[in-house]
Amino acid sequence: MDRHNTVQLSRRLFLSSVAMFTVTATSASFARSLSGSLPWAPMSSDPPMQVVSGGWQFFTPQEAALVEAIVDRIVPADDLSMGGKEAGCAVYIDRQLTGAFGTSSRLYTQGPFLPGLPTQGYQGEANPAQRYRVGLASIDAFLKQRDGKTFAELQPADQDAFLAAMEAGKVDLPNGVKAPGFFGLLLQNTMEGFFADPVYGGNKDMVSWRMLGFPGARYDYRDHVSKHNQPYPRPPVSIEGSPEWLVKRS
Amino acid sequence: MAREKELTMTTILPRKDVVIVGLGWTGSILAHELTDQGLDVLAIERGPWRDTATDFNIGYAQDELRYSVRRDLFLQPAVETMTMRNDPSQTALPMRDFGSFLPGNGVGGAGVHWNGHTWRFWDSDFQIKTNLTKRYGAARIADLQVEDWGVTGAEMEPYYDQFEYLAGISGKAGNIKGKLQEGGNPFEDPRSRDYPNPPMEMTYAPTLFADVGRSIGLHPFPTPSANMSRTYVNPLGITMGQCTYCGFCERFGCANYSKSSAQTTILPVLMKKANFEVRTDSEVLHVDLAPGGKSARGVTYVDTSGQEFFQPTDLVLLCAYGLHNARLMMLSGIGKIYDPATGEGTVGRNYCYQTNAGVQVFFDDKNFNPFIAAGALGQTIDDYNGDAFDHGGLDFVGGAGINCIPTNGRPIGTRPTLPGTPKWGSAWKKATVAGYKSTLGYSSQGSSYATRTNYLDLDPTYKDRFGRPLMRMTFDFPDNDIRMSNYLCDRMEDIAKAFGGKQYSVGRRKKGWDSVPYQSTHNTGGVIMGTDPKKSAVNSFLQSWDVPNVFVIGASAFPQNAGKNPTGTVGALAYRAADGIRNHYLRNPGAPLVQA
Ligand SMILES: Cc1cc2nc3c(=O)[nH]c(=O)nc-3n(C[C@H](O)[C@H](O)[C@H](O)COP(=O)(O)OP(=O)(O)OC[C@H]3O[C@@H](n4cnc5c(N)ncnc54)[C@H](O)[C@@H]3O)c2cc1C
Ligand code: SF4
Repeated sequence: MDRHNTVQLSRRLFLSSVAMFTVTATSASFARSLSGSLPWAPMSSDPPMQVVSGGWQFFTPQEAALVEAIVDRIVPADDLSMGGKEAGCAVYIDRQLTGAFGTSSRLYTQGPFLPGLPTQGYQGEANPAQRYRVGLASIDAFLKQRDGKTFAELQPADQDAFLAAMEAGKVDLPNGVKAPGFFGLLLQNTMEGFFADPVYGGNKDMVSWRMLGFPGARYDYRDHVSKHNQPYPRPPVSIEGSPEWLVKRS
Repeated sequence: MAREKELTMTTILPRKDVVIVGLGWTGSILAHELTDQGLDVLAIERGPWRDTATDFNIGYAQDELRYSVRRDLFLQPAVETMTMRNDPSQTALPMRDFGSFLPGNGVGGAGVHWNGHTWRFWDSDFQIKTNLTKRYGAARIADLQVEDWGVTGAEMEPYYDQFEYLAGISGKAGNIKGKLQEGGNPFEDPRSRDYPNPPMEMTYAPTLFADVGRSIGLHPFPTPSANMSRTYVNPLGITMGQCTYCGFCERFGCANYSKSSAQTTILPVLMKKANFEVRTDSEVLHVDLAPGGKSARGVTYVDTSGQEFFQPTDLVLLCAYGLHNARLMMLSGIGKIYDPATGEGTVGRNYCYQTNAGVQVFFDDKNFNPFIAAGALGQTIDDYNGDAFDHGGLDFVGGAGINCIPTNGRPIGTRPTLPGTPKWGSAWKKATVAGYKSTLGYSSQGSSYATRTNYLDLDPTYKDRFGRPLMRMTFDFPDNDIRMSNYLCDRMEDIAKAFGGKQYSVGRRKKGWDSVPYQSTHNTGGVIMGTDPKKSAVNSFLQSWDVPNVFVIGASAFPQNAGKNPTGTVGALAYRAADGIRNHYLRNPGAPLVQA
């Protein structure tokens, strides 16, 4: 989501005719003095940029294969939905890791870094991008040593057993990687990708929303508020629109 | 040396009558009131300008990842965070990401992305120490540090009324001038008139909750809501639209002009006034005091280019959100920082929070359409709130509102499943689909009462981006509040049984406040109001005892928190401070409004 900042930059620059201060290029938005009117400007909104799948921006091909295999066990293909890989969860994570999330640029990252209490939250020095790089390598190294295979080469049942052991803290991964913490990150990001708006690269064809019956980016339910206990009749829409709309147009 | 460098680098600006630090809910109210008085008012706001059409745009406002998970509109911890620990024996560490609470940022403040539950506290909340001592004896509250506010419920009533009409609250009065009203909250204090708007249309879950509550003798009523039940024109002449029950409310700006905030109730008028100016993307570092430390002469702020400015003024209003108000007081050297060892000092004293717990009831045969929702659309039961019930035979004081206010069905965050469900894999998916539409939740929002060891001060180790100490929060749920919350959970279980669902689960509150999972952005205290300058930092007009041309406005003034969301009371206190300034302070500027 770094693009928001860049867009904001040019937007604020455009608007800064009223700004009274000099600006530097490092900040997301610039000091402004506003008085006498609402400083609203047309065409200055900041929509998300559609993630285009194809290629990897953060993962190496080897890492990508591992992540795709993992997201396909966290969200397995079954009669309820396609699997996490086909839904685009790995693409989603790849793109997130190149942005503000991956670098923790919005978070407090000053030291000293001390081990904390559980109530104090994550206290590690590594950001998500670094945790993926090291964490994925340590899974590969561990399995190579134990089974002589990559994760993707294991049988689904063995893959599940390995992930469950990570979750429960029953695997000692190399390089000091704490398995439950890294599994938690994988789980959180996979779910984000599966359930977020498809504009971010996952949730292909709004698959998770169709599965749940969540109508997505619709913004007006006034006609259904009092229809208690009755199913909502309309299919979901995404921020980018809906395939149903395209069908109608053609 | 450092001081000289500072002096040469700081640009000195022309004087303003009033400087307001932060343009959120309270800053906007004060700016409007004081510009009406003819004063030249400058607001300095840390975050960016924000308006509905641009920043809460209907084309993409409904983006759960961006606004709810990555929290685009909130204060980023890189800009300012706090350290936390549960008790004074521990080493506080920084909240590297915010979790339990999420402060706002930018014009409109946290009012942009709040839910809009808009409550009045009761006279028994304001006169709490007197009332509890009289009713249960001093020994009952010996472990607590509860204090009276220095105002009565009757004194606050006109200010609540003012805020509710500004914000167009949708609700049903329970007591008008002493006469109980059918369908409202029978436990509330008398109000002078009904809410400006009728209650919102109810969705299925709160409707069922109210039926079940009534069936066991409780008194449910529609939660007072800052989501518009119909088109509304407020006393400033600003029109708001009807809420569309969009389900993207808390953590989001409203694209429909349907949720009250500075944007939808004040700014369209305020921004047109020639005697008002806001400087955005500019962070106030501290208030500058005149030699002797008895009056403020201005504030120092820094803009996003790093340029530092000195802004002279006659009157400073801290409206930066309660927690930031407290830190600004500490960094400015106004008042003495509280020391739990001696009980001396007032700034940082009586930090309180909210003591919440929740229940889920699972059904097979119901469809609640959870995505049809609004931030404050629901039903509340106040039978066990505050001192509405007799605590004579109980081992605690305080209480909670029991709220069935399902705010959303956004699927990254809201996926209720039966207890024991795995977190991933095919079994997880099956349970998720089964639980999504057929689970009903409600929760107790409990009071949080002050103790000696829950407080705010400055951290000895961790610094902000300017090298200044972060604020340190030392907090855990007091034993009294845990006992209160357990009692409320028992009462919520009574309700759960009456539902007759296939299963229910109760999430009880435990000791060890956890800064990670979201609980509520209802941080109170730190710069509390009162009648005794040894125990309070501001008087009942929110004027600093130590530096009388500084007012500190926000939930920082609460001596302790009730079992209710704070902003109704924050808004009312803002109007009370404005009244004090307009009608008393300006006649004799710089003088205290209350003699200590
Ligand atoms: C997710 C969420 C849900 C909520 N739901 C409810 C609810 O349902 N009911 C309820 O009663 N309350 C609710 N609240 C709380 C409510 O939003 C606040 O009580 C209210 O906004 C407080 O008003 P304020 O003016 O004190 O602070 P704010 O509205 O937050 O304004 C403070 C402003 O000061 C600025 N500022 C801070 N520091 C500086 C500085 N150093 N220099 C310059 N500017 C500064 C900030 O950027 C901000 O804009 C909720 C809050 C959140 C975050
Ligand atoms: S639920 Fe209503 S008030 Fe809230 S954001 Fe949606 S339309 Fe606005």
